[in-house]
Amino acid sequence: MSNILEVQNIVKNYSNHRALDDVSLVVPKGIIFGLLGPNGAGKTSLIRIVNQITGPDEGHVIFNGEPLQEKHIYQIGYLPEERGLYKKMKVGEQLLYLARLKGLSKSEAMDKLRYWFEKFDIKTWWEKNVEDLSKGMQQKIQFVATVLHEPKLIILDEPFSGFDPINANLIKDEIFELKEKGSTIIFSTHRMESVEELCDHVALIDKSKKVLDGPKSKIKEQFKSDTYSITYQGELDLNNEYFDISGITEIESELNAATLKLKTQISSNELIKRLISEVELKSFKENIPSMNDIFIRVVSGSF
Amino acid sequence: MKNILLIIQREYLTRVRKKSFIIMTVVGPLLIGVMYGLIFWAALSSIDQKKILIVDKSGLFSNKFKDSKEFKYQFITDDIDKAKKGFKGSGFDALVSIPENILENPAGVQIFAEKGVPLELQNRVEQSIESEVETIRLTEAGITKSVLENAKINIKSETISMEDGGEKKSSSGAATGIGYFCAFLIYISVFIYGAQVMRGIMEEKTSRIVEVIISSVKPFQLMIGKIIGVALVGLTQFTLWIVLSLGVMTIGGKVMGDKMMESQSAISQSQISNLPPDAQKMAREQMKSSGAPNIVPQEIIGALGTLPVATIIIGFLFYFLGGYLLYSAMFGAVGSAVDSDTDTQQFMLPITIPIIAAFVIAQFVIRDPNGSLAFWTSMIPFTSPIIMMVRIPFGVPAWQIILSITLLIGGFIFTTWVAARIYRVGILMYGKKVTWKEMMKWLFYKG
Repeated sequence: MSNILEVQNIVKNYSNHRALDDVSLVVPKGIIFGLLGPNGAGKTSLIRIVNQITGPDEGHVIFNGEPLQEKHIYQIGYLPEERGLYKKMKVGEQLLYLARLKGLSKSEAMDKLRYWFEKFDIKTWWEKNVEDLSKGMQQKIQFVATVLHEPKLIILDEPFSGFDPINANLIKDEIFELKEKGSTIIFSTHRMESVEELCDHVALIDKSKKVLDGPKSKIKEQFKSDTYSITYQGELDLNNEYFDISGITEIESELNAATLKLKTQISSNELIKRLISEVELKSFKENIPSMNDIFIRVVSGSF
Repeated sequence: MKNILLIIQREYLTRVRKKSFIIMTVVGPLLIGVMYGLIFWAALSSIDQKKILIVDKSGLFSNKFKDSKEFKYQFITDDIDKAKKGFKGSGFDALVSIPENILENPAGVQIFAEKGVPLELQNRVEQSIESEVETIRLTEAGITKSVLENAKINIKSETISMEDGGEKKSSSGAATGIGYFCAFLIYISVFIYGAQVMRGIMEEKTSRIVEVIISSVKPFQLMIGKIIGVALVGLTQFTLWIVLSLGVMTIGGKVMGDKMMESQSAISQSQISNLPPDAQKMAREQMKSSGAPNIVPQEIIGALGTLPVATIIIGFLFYFLGGYLLYSAMFGAVGSAVDSDTDTQQFMLPITIPIIAAFVIAQFVIRDPNGSLAFWTSMIPFTSPIIMMVRIPFGVPAWQIILSITLLIGGFIFTTWVAARIYRVGILMYGKKVTWKEMMKWLFYKG
């Protein structure tokens, strides 16, 4: 089985609106999967269904080849966007409790906790009350609670909110390491720069429907606008059958910059051939859309 | 199942280890001890002798008012107006004026005091004058006191309840006391521990930990684990209170007992001195041999012995748990639906009304423990924990207890089911003011 999770035709209704409308997704094993979408699109509803916090009205969820059932809870780690801990409970005791609820025995949980406390260098926190920790520290504790039982599937909802850049990097490294170890990570966020950096696959949900899904590179391919940025010396023929030219500016003496947009499908090599026959080409770059551009284009409806 | 146990364990341990729990457990019995002490102290110190000045124009009563521990009398023959003038600042608490023609005009007695006349004093004075006037009139009619004494007999009744198993001495006084006490405990504990469940659920909701927890356990497991955990806290607290109270009462009782002994014998002495010489001697001897202060506790123990003690204890535990489970589920539902303490008010009212109503009805039931009001309210699960506890000490037919318990179990299964359905939706509903209508809708949400 190569897919950790398959969501098939899920429909979820609340009293006055439809949160998910016939959503299907496939999450292959061992990747970082970005679940994107504006606020209120239905991401959290979908995540809650996968976590068995709520059930779908229609459709099925397949976990690791089996219909989703109660025992799978132990193989999923979930870091909700709205996160919190028992404020009056000690850090160590609390993590132990959460780990045991995820099916670990006391001694297993202790061993794993020791590993993480050493790794994050937080051994002195064990006896502290959670309310005495800063928000960032609490986030770290919560991250440990999410991954402690070594789940096959880790679902992180906005994991970087509330972290300073140093700790955000620390968590990023941990995410990569977990992926190396074979976990699959579903990663829900609005922050496109982290999607750019982390995700292999993305799916975009908007207004309760899935509007986009696939490997990040393919999506970019799909959205590329066939434009190129070039710098050159000489004169370009403005009237040709292959491309339009816009925004010619002289950036230094004898050096111009311009944006080309293809009129017909020709390969990059072909284009370069044409260009070097006319001008002295100094630089050449295909404009690949950022995830941010794609997100905005899709959600604002210009797609 | 393993998860429910883990939840119960956490709910129990975090509460039992709290400082407030330990303080309440220690301070509770001490407060009870202090309360007892205050009552004893008040009882002892209220015996504060009052000085009464009597202007007796008739001259009939000069030796007829006996000084007691409460009152000391002094007679003068001055004019009443003069006595009134001199009364202020004289150190006397009251001034009694008996007119010359008291035999013909019994309504002519007047009592003056600086700040109102205590009822007890008025009664005492009236009684003394009445009995003396009576004696004088009887003597005038040719009846001597000894004839009168012989004519008086003392009736003492014994209350006996007739049951299938035969006759049994009953004590309505003890039954009332015990029944009322148990009902009160249930009433208070439903509020205290119900509110703890509600707060616990609100804490999980507002701190947002709930979403993490219910990704590991079913919402129902979390709710029921909390309810059971708090119930165990309640039982622990009760057990500790009983043990500590008994301790405090034994120690305190010893100290108080000695004091009571002194004052009681002082009272008996003054009572005895009112008796004729022969009787005085007999009473003194009797007191020495029996030890008067022991009479009261023995009577209480005797009265307790007539009560169905085992039924009361088992009944109390059952109705405490049943009532608590029934109401705490509803408190839990409220806690899950709201975001802050202030929002709880509107939802609390419908829950608290039946409890308070039950406690009010209990006052009537206690007077008529087998009436139809008593019967019906001890069947309805929302009132039965309190009402049935009032009735049990008086003896309730087994079929009624069984029916009431069955209905109570049904009742809390029902409220738990309703609460669970509200709970699972409510805990994930942030930042939204919930209405009754909405809560009703939640009942019918799917999965």
